[in-house]
Amino acid sequence: MFASNIARRACRTNRPFRHCRFNHNQPTPNQNQESSRATHFGFQTVPEEQKESLVKNVFDSVASSYDLMNDAMSLGIHRLWKDELVSLLKPGARGPQKCIDVAGGTGDIALRILDHARERYADRETAVDVVDINGEMLREGFKRFKKTMYHNTPQIAFQEANAQALPTERFPDNTYDLYTIAFGIRNCTSIPDVLKEAHRVLKPGGTFACLEFSRVNNPLLSTVYDQYSFSIIPLLGTILAGDRASYQYLVESIRNFPPQPEFAQMIVDAGFTTGGMFEGKGGAWRDLTFGVAAIHTGVKV
Amino acid sequence: MSLATSVPRAARHSSIWSTRAAPALAGPRLRILHEQARLKSTQPAYEGHIPLNTFEAGFLAVGSALMSLANPRRGDMVAALGDVTSGPVLPRLRDAMLESPEGRRILKGRPRVNSSTVDMNKLALLPEGTFGRAYVTWLERCGVTPDTREPVHYVDDPELAYVLLRYRECHDFYHCICNLPVNVESELALKFFEFANLGLPMAGFAAAFGHLRLTSAKRQRLFSEFVPWAVKCGSSAKSLITVHWEERWNQNVDELKRELGIWDPPEARWSRPLSEAKAATEKRQKAAEAQLTGQS
Repeated sequence: MFASNIARRACRTNRPFRHCRFNHNQPTPNQNQESSRATHFGFQTVPEEQKESLVKNVFDSVASSYDLMNDAMSLGIHRLWKDELVSLLKPGARGPQKCIDVAGGTGDIALRILDHARERYADRETAVDVVDINGEMLREGFKRFKKTMYHNTPQIAFQEANAQALPTERFPDNTYDLYTIAFGIRNCTSIPDVLKEAHRVLKPGGTFACLEFSRVNNPLLSTVYDQYSFSIIPLLGTILAGDRASYQYLVESIRNFPPQPEFAQMIVDAGFTTGGMFEGKGGAWRDLTFGVAAIHTGVKV
Repeated sequence: MSLATSVPRAARHSSIWSTRAAPALAGPRLRILHEQARLKSTQPAYEGHIPLNTFEAGFLAVGSALMSLANPRRGDMVAALGDVTSGPVLPRLRDAMLESPEGRRILKGRPRVNSSTVDMNKLALLPEGTFGRAYVTWLERCGVTPDTREPVHYVDDPELAYVLLRYRECHDFYHCICNLPVNVESELALKFFEFANLGLPMAGFAAAFGHLRLTSAKRQRLFSEFVPWAVKCGSSAKSLITVHWEERWNQNVDELKRELGIWDPPEARWSRPLSEAKAATEKRQKAAEAQLTGQS
């Protein structure tokens, strides 16, 4: 607070993408003649190859404060959402299961799966492979698991890999009973590729489950939600993590994600069998908190 | 557009509350619609500008105040609090600058103070007794360099943003001219001085709450010796924001102090003795001279 030498040094800003400015009044940037495929990065349009490294930068910088930020942004509700996902899936109910949790860096879902199997069904054979493209996030997950009883057991493994192209030696076809991806799929460059890989590594009869931010359809609530997202979340990012840009990206990436029926159709197109195209029991998805989040499920037949 | 080149008055677009269009729109139009959902114009007036509406500014003020108290090393939070609370005072400071020719030159040229614009080696070549020499000696004595400060983000008018940035960057000059080191009690004394001289609320907060972290002995000394000096000297001195420090490198330091109306505070606690600092400056001078003669 008193311009101590350390604070002066810390004044140097550490923006993750100094090279990529959010020009509000600039239309789409000049695109490379060779790369014709563009994708969205928040509200910017970027060449496909760039999105991966931009996302990597975002998560490198948020990794250490990720859990704190999740609590602040969702007011702790994200814990309830994740609990709901796992209780819906009931891992361990029909014997030990091989699970893969993709984009699950910090290990939230993996831990819940293992605890659920252990506490409800006295199952200590269910195993989870945590996969994430970002090493920093995996490091955080590894650190968290060191505090649990699953550390150094065959029940948990961490692997750095790209969800769109899981290496076949490490992740052969038809291996897993359960594939989960929570709050990760919107950061991927090509959702159909992720779904294709999910379909490949699941056993016939295996379940695909995706927990993701989705569309709030109620107009009054969506207004409130928008205000909250665009005003408060970037400010919380500035205050708690010193990083507005990453949280601005996170909020924008939520808006760019396809709404529930569209995403459910993409899951069907990847070869999964889902419930009917409606919300709720028996449907392809379930809304959580009025659609702020949604759980999409499918089965590989 | 950088602060140095933006037009004096920002073109403000009035924000329109528009109904949300179909989500099928992509790219910048979607952002504009959602930014309008924030009730705030999204056009930044200068590089690094982040426009905030009233609620957001309040939220940031409270949040950054709590964060600065909880973690004083978060220099960006102190800066953010300064940005958000300085609103009413900055126009007064800018007008003070406009009233003097020197201040007008600052507003026109918008000089920056950082390691690339302040050449310590060149200043070391100046004779003993000049302000430039005194500044380099002070830097050596405290072991600091003219680092880049956190830029201004939350002030809407680019000219006022520059005034605030100028204040932040000139902080070290105030240290030097008031002959104060960089430890906590001296920083607090300087904050009292700045508050008396310039009136910035952030200086006031720092002065009001900063002493809580001191030991009672230091606090006692602060309030009995330094604060009376700071208030008397700060309120009677010329407004330091109008001083074009870079034009005065060659000026004699005592003469400068007389001109500004500043006298020395009670003896402060320095981390290094003056003799050591002077020796370091002389070394720097010799190195600079050698480089010059080596080149010519």
